[in-house]
Amino acid sequence: MIKVEHLVRKFGTSVAVNNISFEVKEGENLILLGTSGCGKTTTLRMINRLIEPDSGRIFLNGNDIREQQPEVLRRGIGYVLQNHGLFPHYTVAENIAIVPNLLKWDKSAIKKRSAELFEKLNLDESLSEKYPAALSGGQQQRVGVARSLMVNPPVLLMDEPFGALDNITRNAIRREFRELDELVKKTIVMVTHDVQEAFELGDRICLMDKGEVKQIGTPKELLFSPASVFVSEFFQEQRLQMELKSVLLEDIFPELKRVSAEDGFSGRSSKITAWDKMDQLLNDNSVDHGDHIDLEKLMAAFSVHKDKISAQK
Amino acid sequence: MEQTQSFWGFVSQQSDKLWSQTLAHIGLTLISLILAILIAVPAGIYIARKQKIAAAILGFAGVLQTIPSIALLGVMIPFLGIGPKPAIVALFLYALLPILRNTYTGITEVNPVIVDAAKGMGMNKWQILTRVELPLAFPVLMAGIRTATVINVGVATLAAYIAAGGLGEFIFGGIALNNSNMILAGAIPAALLAIAFDFLLSLVQRINLKSLRLSFVVFPFLLVTLSSFYLLPSQIGGRMLAGFTPEFMGREDGYLGLKKIYQLGIETVVISDAVMYKAAFEHKLDVISGYSTDGRLKAYDLITLRDDRHIFPPYFVSPIIRQQSLDAHPELEGVLNQLSGHINDSTMTALNYEVDQLHQSPEKVAMDFMIAHQLYKPSRKGRKGTIRIGSKIFGEQYILAQMYKILISGQTDLNVETKTGLGGTKICFDALTNNQIDLYPEYTGTGFLVLLDPDKELIKRLNGNKDGVYNYVSDQFKKQFNIRWLKPIGFNNTYALMMRREQAQSLHIESITDLTNHLKNN
Ligand SMILES: Nc1ncnc2c1ncn2[C@@H]1O[C@H](COP(=O)(O)OP(=O)(O)OP(=O)(O)O)[C@@H](O)[C@H]1O
Ligand SMILES: [Mg+2]
Repeated sequence: MIKVEHLVRKFGTSVAVNNISFEVKEGENLILLGTSGCGKTTTLRMINRLIEPDSGRIFLNGNDIREQQPEVLRRGIGYVLQNHGLFPHYTVAENIAIVPNLLKWDKSAIKKRSAELFEKLNLDESLSEKYPAALSGGQQQRVGVARSLMVNPPVLLMDEPFGALDNITRNAIRREFRELDELVKKTIVMVTHDVQEAFELGDRICLMDKGEVKQIGTPKELLFSPASVFVSEFFQEQRLQMELKSVLLEDIFPELKRVSAEDGFSGRSSKITAWDKMDQLLNDNSVDHGDHIDLEKLMAAFSVHKDKISAQK
Repeated sequence: MEQTQSFWGFVSQQSDKLWSQTLAHIGLTLISLILAILIAVPAGIYIARKQKIAAAILGFAGVLQTIPSIALLGVMIPFLGIGPKPAIVALFLYALLPILRNTYTGITEVNPVIVDAAKGMGMNKWQILTRVELPLAFPVLMAGIRTATVINVGVATLAAYIAAGGLGEFIFGGIALNNSNMILAGAIPAALLAIAFDFLLSLVQRINLKSLRLSFVVFPFLLVTLSSFYLLPSQIGGRMLAGFTPEFMGREDGYLGLKKIYQLGIETVVISDAVMYKAAFEHKLDVISGYSTDGRLKAYDLITLRDDRHIFPPYFVSPIIRQQSLDAHPELEGVLNQLSGHINDSTMTALNYEVDQLHQSPEKVAMDFMIAHQLYKPSRKGRKGTIRIGSKIFGEQYILAQMYKILISGQTDLNVETKTGLGGTKICFDALTNNQIDLYPEYTGTGFLVLLDPDKELIKRLNGNKDGVYNYVSDQFKKQFNIRWLKPIGFNNTYALMMRREQAQSLHIESITDLTNHLKNN
């Protein structure tokens, strides 16, 4: 869907993006991850031509994006900014209607679509006549997402969409976000410097440093088969947590997979991550979930699984 | 001008004039303001995009702001003449800076994240400007327009100096004639206008503008077009045009007398003394009211018309001196009177010209003159006593004071001190009566009308009577103040009508009656 080839972009003498290439498949969620100033935003903004690369090419559905007028290109790509970027002089309803208006949608279609998105994003109808300043941070960010989704663009670019929120709100929205059907089918490139967020939301992660790609792969690949010392060190601090999050219960207890095939009910619990399982166990020791797993068993199985993966490598 | 007349009496009596002045004032303010908006807003937007030149442009607009209004108006006369045109241009220039600066500030202060979001959603430059930047900058921009409006309502009063009308006619006329009703009749509406405009604009400022539509631009254009229709008739061409100072317009021994006694029927505009002579020189005016010994007569090659029916009061100069000083040094009288007969109107005009226009020092001008007329004798460096000579604060008086100094120090054993620059008549006269000075040159008309404050009957009786006025002031000053009027020097620095020399000669106009007849026949 999106193909980025050898992007280079300098600001003055400093190289912000240095020969970056990646590909994002249709429906995939690619996370650009890296420390501050490593060129994530610059890379993202080159995709909707807010920044023009010095060299390199970008293809959208096989077409070079330079063939399209930038405004037309941008109207077809959803864009969510860190600080929501809502127009302070527009009401929520007017903010949401910006792109549809640019595309000359009629009023009733805009109304219908906004109502739909309000519902899906848990936004109260009464907010629509309010100005952004009267909204909470979480609400603002949801409106920002709703705005980018209005015309149902196949591609969504998000620059730290949850960066401005407090941790609790952030986790809550992230969960909703993961479950939002509108987003499931979209091709998304999302920037974050939050490792946990990257692992939760990314199908694949593109780890960057100083304008260069260090490794691209699924969360598991990055964790368990780091391409370099840099990559493994990058996840050092949160390694255990991330590892637990990146494997499903059924990965470390292969027998559960068999059970789930026979029994639809208990099968559900095998699809949760090892981290979530641990969370359950720590909070709620007394309940037996019918899988006879306790904390000790979980950790033991997990390390067996880890050894197996590194052996494969 | 009755001093006892009430303010409302004045307003109702002059309501026609008040209306037309107020309308002209509004017209001048609005047209210049809208022109400034049409130029400064786009320019402000432009420099907000070109930060490099922003400082230079804002600096330039700032410099325009600091040019004194009268100077700016004067500079424009050769290009734009007099009347509404240069006034509008001047007001326009003054309004530029606040609007330009606030547009610039407003646009640059728009949160870049918002602009980025707009761009990212696919708005083009024009859409970003009209739907995001201008609406968000609008309150700041409007604050600039409000500032400019209030400035313009104030500065528009000065339009009266260059025959553009407006409430300044009453204000400056009132100041010149010391008529407070007249001043208030101009000042109060001007203040109310400023308050009203500011209030209306404050309402506009509060509008939450979502996007800027074409009508916002079209509407002002219409307004300008309409208001210029209103102002156009006052642009006069073809016939002869007179420009008179606000003071002259309101005086019996000025325009009122010209109408009554000479039946002078000429179109008039009100204009300031500062630009009047130049306007005449530039063919923007044909007849002006001035002072008969003004150096600018010579500078601009103007001539005075003879006041053949004597409506202008005589203003002959004599030294006036304390009787005590004269008693102490009787030789002074003869010495001071030596100047008498040496200076007529045109001589004095030429001397004034050297000081005021050629910027020579009064000392040098006086010395050259005295030498040329064999009145100079080297100073005797006398020590018999000190004579203090005063003068009012303008060139002619400086020259005369220097001449008397030369006479006294060369021909008596007295030491001379000059105390020049004693403000106006009142200050000079008080200095004399309080024994701060011994003598100064004074004008018979001033002594009569200002210092003696005669009743109407007497004014009428002595009007235009040169000797009558002199005898009256001599008598009264001796009696009332123990001050003596010595022999008049000979020239008469009074009101006069003036024309360009070549025009007056080609039309064979030498006196005011000639002018009246010429106007009647054409
Ligand atoms: N418009 C610009 N002008 C000059 N330098 C820029 C510009 N935009 C980015 N840079 C520089 O390019 C480098 C990469 O910036 P970029 O914004 O892409 O980083 P980032 O990875 O998004 O960082 P962060 O996580 O802090 O947002 C930085 O060194 C930054 O200073
Ligand atoms: Mg960034």
